[in-house]
Amino acid sequence: MSDGTRGKGERKEPPDDEAALSARLQRLGERLATANRPSENGSGPRQAADMSAFARGFRLSTELVAGVLVGAVIGWLLDRWLGISPWGLIVFLLLGFAAGVLNVMRAAGVVRQRSLND
Amino acid sequence: MDPIHQFQIVNLFPLGKFGHAEIFFTNSAAFMVLAVVLLTGFLVIGTAGGRAVPGRLQSAAELTYEFVADMLRSTAGAEGMRFFPYVFTIFMFVLLLNMFGLIPFGFTVTSHIIITATLALLVFFTVLGYGLIRHGLHFFNLFVPKGVPVYILPMIVAIEILSFISRPISHSVRLFANMLAGHIALKVFAGFIILLGGALGAIGWVGGVLPFAMIVALTALEMLVAFLQAYVFAILTCIYLNDAIHPGH
Repeated sequence: MSDGTRGKGERKEPPDDEAALSARLQRLGERLATANRPSENGSGPRQAADMSAFARGFRLSTELVAGVLVGAVIGWLLDRWLGISPWGLIVFLLLGFAAGVLNVMRAAGVVRQRSLND
Repeated sequence: MDPIHQFQIVNLFPLGKFGHAEIFFTNSAAFMVLAVVLLTGFLVIGTAGGRAVPGRLQSAAELTYEFVADMLRSTAGAEGMRFFPYVFTIFMFVLLLNMFGLIPFGFTVTSHIIITATLALLVFFTVLGYGLIRHGLHFFNLFVPKGVPVYILPMIVAIEILSFISRPISHSVRLFANMLAGHIALKVFAGFIILLGGALGAIGWVGGVLPFAMIVALTALEMLVAFLQAYVFAILTCIYLNDAIHPGH
């Protein structure tokens, strides 16, 4: 949505103005930098960058906690049902931690979104 | 003075019985009904004229449409637009409920995890159901990343599945915790004014200006958070729906 309006705003500026030109060059550099990000469609990470720092931090922390929590609950349930205590909890807590870290990295845009794996 | 008191569910009138449990129409339900009525009214009245040069209400309605449509299109592609009514409803509903919480004597429906968890689970099962219907078992390729050596594949798949299951938790907890924490912080700072005034008398009431200034700032922040969390909730819905529409090929 912002791309279209930005493009229109640029065209309105007088092209011979030196300050406007350098501003345009800088904006072009910024846009190239975002376009060359490893994630080609990049909508997830780009939207994430628009959020305020507080919301971003909160999102990352809940992602990690959710992963660990799910691992712990699944491990605990498996222990109860299969009577393999404490191995289910140990294994799934570790897997859950890994899943939480993966969630955080996805949310932060460090690794590509799963759907772009093709 | 109790900062938790604002979240209390009050039974307004009984609706009937479900087994041995009585079902009540609560203040939470009242605010949800109010949100639905207001939203429906806003959109029906806003789009009733359909003028080429929109009036105030019509342009507001068009703005919300454009906002959500852009969000959905940029995340889930053109095909995601079939979920537009769903995402739009979720976004506007959550946004309105968040905003209700900021009105004095209002009730913050989204500060109860049962509400946010229900919404998040709805999204989760929509993704699962639509993905399975549309792609069949091919949908589970979502959990099998390409180019991973066979010997670590079982572990990766387990991690991916756990990551998938953990989504509704982080999805719901984020909204709920933000609303809960923000409103408790507001009430605690408001309580400081009374405490200061009660303990120190006139000097205390003058000193109470400081927490009051904090409340003003916090209210503005809460307004931002209310919008931002509704936005985050909706954008995550879009990202998850994107997985259902295009799982890794």
